[in-house]
Amino acid sequence: MSTAHLSPEVQARARELLALYPHPRSALIPICHLAQEQDGWLRPEAVAEIAELVGLTPAEVLGTASFYDMLHTEPVGNYLIAICTNIACMLRGAYELLDHAQAQLDVRVGATTADGIFTLEEAECVADCGRAPCLQVNHRFFGDVTAESFDAIVAALRQGALAGDVPAHGTLMRVRRQGPLRVDDETIRAERAAAASAMAERAARGSGS
Amino acid sequence: MAITEAPRIVTSRLGHEDSHTLERYLATGGYEGLRKALSMTPEAVAAEVDAVSLLGRGGAGFPAGRKWSMLRKGPVPYLVVNGDESEPATFKDHMLVERDPHQLIEGVVIAAYAIQAARAFVYIRGEFALGLERVQSALNDAYEHGAVGRDIFGSGFSVDIVVHPGAGAYICGEETALIESLEGKRGFPRIKPPYFPAAIGLYGEPTVVNNVETLSNLPWVMVHGSAAFSALGAGRSTGTRLFALAGHVRNPGVYEVEMVKTTFRDLIFAPVLGGGIPGGRQLKAVIPGGVSAPWFGPQHLDLPLGQDEVAEQGSMLGSGSIVVMDESTCAVRAAWRITRFFRRESCGQCTPCREGSGWLEKILRRIEDGVGRDDDLDLLMDLCDNLAPGVSWPPQQTTICVLGSSIPSSIASGIRMFRDEFLVHVKDGGCPYG
Repeated sequence: MSTAHLSPEVQARARELLALYPHPRSALIPICHLAQEQDGWLRPEAVAEIAELVGLTPAEVLGTASFYDMLHTEPVGNYLIAICTNIACMLRGAYELLDHAQAQLDVRVGATTADGIFTLEEAECVADCGRAPCLQVNHRFFGDVTAESFDAIVAALRQGALAGDVPAHGTLMRVRRQGPLRVDDETIRAERAAAASAMAERAARGSGS
Repeated sequence: MAITEAPRIVTSRLGHEDSHTLERYLATGGYEGLRKALSMTPEAVAAEVDAVSLLGRGGAGFPAGRKWSMLRKGPVPYLVVNGDESEPATFKDHMLVERDPHQLIEGVVIAAYAIQAARAFVYIRGEFALGLERVQSALNDAYEHGAVGRDIFGSGFSVDIVVHPGAGAYICGEETALIESLEGKRGFPRIKPPYFPAAIGLYGEPTVVNNVETLSNLPWVMVHGSAAFSALGAGRSTGTRLFALAGHVRNPGVYEVEMVKTTFRDLIFAPVLGGGIPGGRQLKAVIPGGVSAPWFGPQHLDLPLGQDEVAEQGSMLGSGSIVVMDESTCAVRAAWRITRFFRRESCGQCTPCREGSGWLEKILRRIEDGVGRDDDLDLLMDLCDNLAPGVSWPPQQTTICVLGSSIPSSIASGIRMFRDEFLVHVKDGGCPYG
């Protein structure tokens, strides 16, 4: 038997996720996020194992994953800088900021710096328009960004000074669910059936509310 | 200016730095609404919500109570929370999930009790990493506190809540696409009918999909009663609403104001709200209700912020976002950027949307770049007509969902309001705004 690509910890967490849904496929996207937490992107080896976990083919996993902007089927840098240029940010200088970022990082939008540290993306609205123009680094928000503050953010990231705020790319949630589902299907069925008959009784008596 | 003294219903805790914690929540009346609800019958809770005309705060504005009442009888339903806020310039749910996650969870349990849901799934936009962490953390504490899980507060009612992260796709805000996504598939909107997941939803079961802000109102409604809620606002637009104000204003941000009693002018210009347009520049246009909405001009400023009032004037309050564009804004560029967004986010199922969005973006781009053609305006409108026949409001649909029929809004608005500006781009071979 070949060694599994996903770590025992990731596999255990994936099984916890599977138990939260009536159908295993529902855990697909959350498990893809876990695989990205391990590798930074969705490696083919991970895709194959995820397929097995949720009962799909690797093509089905890839077909779903490729639909979503946050799931990366190719490697990205340690820090994914996504600059929003949608209408609210555009009105407040987002394209000028994007030009500055491209010059400063010496990459075009969509590319990764030669040292593999930064990937630059042009994002659609990330819902922080009160602080436009804004950007996300690994999906952590930075608002009211100027050319100067952009440079400061990049410098801080390079020095590792923001490690507490910005985890490595792929780590979405650092807070984990505590414990499994508390209510089994049997209990739900019994409770709901009892409530339904009580409701029907009240309706018959005409005292519904 | 008429800024009313309406109470803050969903933003009451935001003055506190620790508004997201269970300690602060309990110290400010948290979970009292749920206790009250659990002391009532489920049908009485549903009737209370139905009585307040709580128009859905996600975008479509469908009354929450009516949505619940449409559930197919028989099977135990699911409750799904739509926290996939992605309509450009809408950022109110982002604030609610980060700053008051317990209020959302309390609303979820109240709704789950009213509809007797089997389980609740809280779908939160993947890009909201902090919001996801805050809601998960609050959920962990709520379980511990006995507000979620088995035999909630000793009432005999049990329900589980699952926090589910999205992964970046605007279309998943459409409720049937969200359900597909929650089932682990591409976010393809489902063919209608059935028009409502209340008939066939998650895993084919009857399902209610409610927006984050909609549910966040429920604790207050339960504590203060439907009469207190209905006393606010007017007509069908009762209560308060969060408005996300962005663009050319001094104080962009999210404001909770009383519906109908407040106008666009109040929101944009009142010193305690938007604070007006910086630099002494004049207002050019306003996009109410998200970029899917037709634009308004300065003549609409005194219009009340009410769902029907805005609809009567040919636009929509939609997702509660308001983008202010001053006179320095190029209308072609604005229409181009919005159209580019739709092109990127079209799911690709329907030809008019998939192909039309691309062609519209290209034509707008070449007009903006100064290489537009004489018949480009007609061509734009012809393509818009393919997406939404007649280019009227509300739009006719040629696609499975309303994304496609929303695309013409900004283009038709731009051409209708600023036709000369489009023509100058073509004639002079460039953008007059540089």
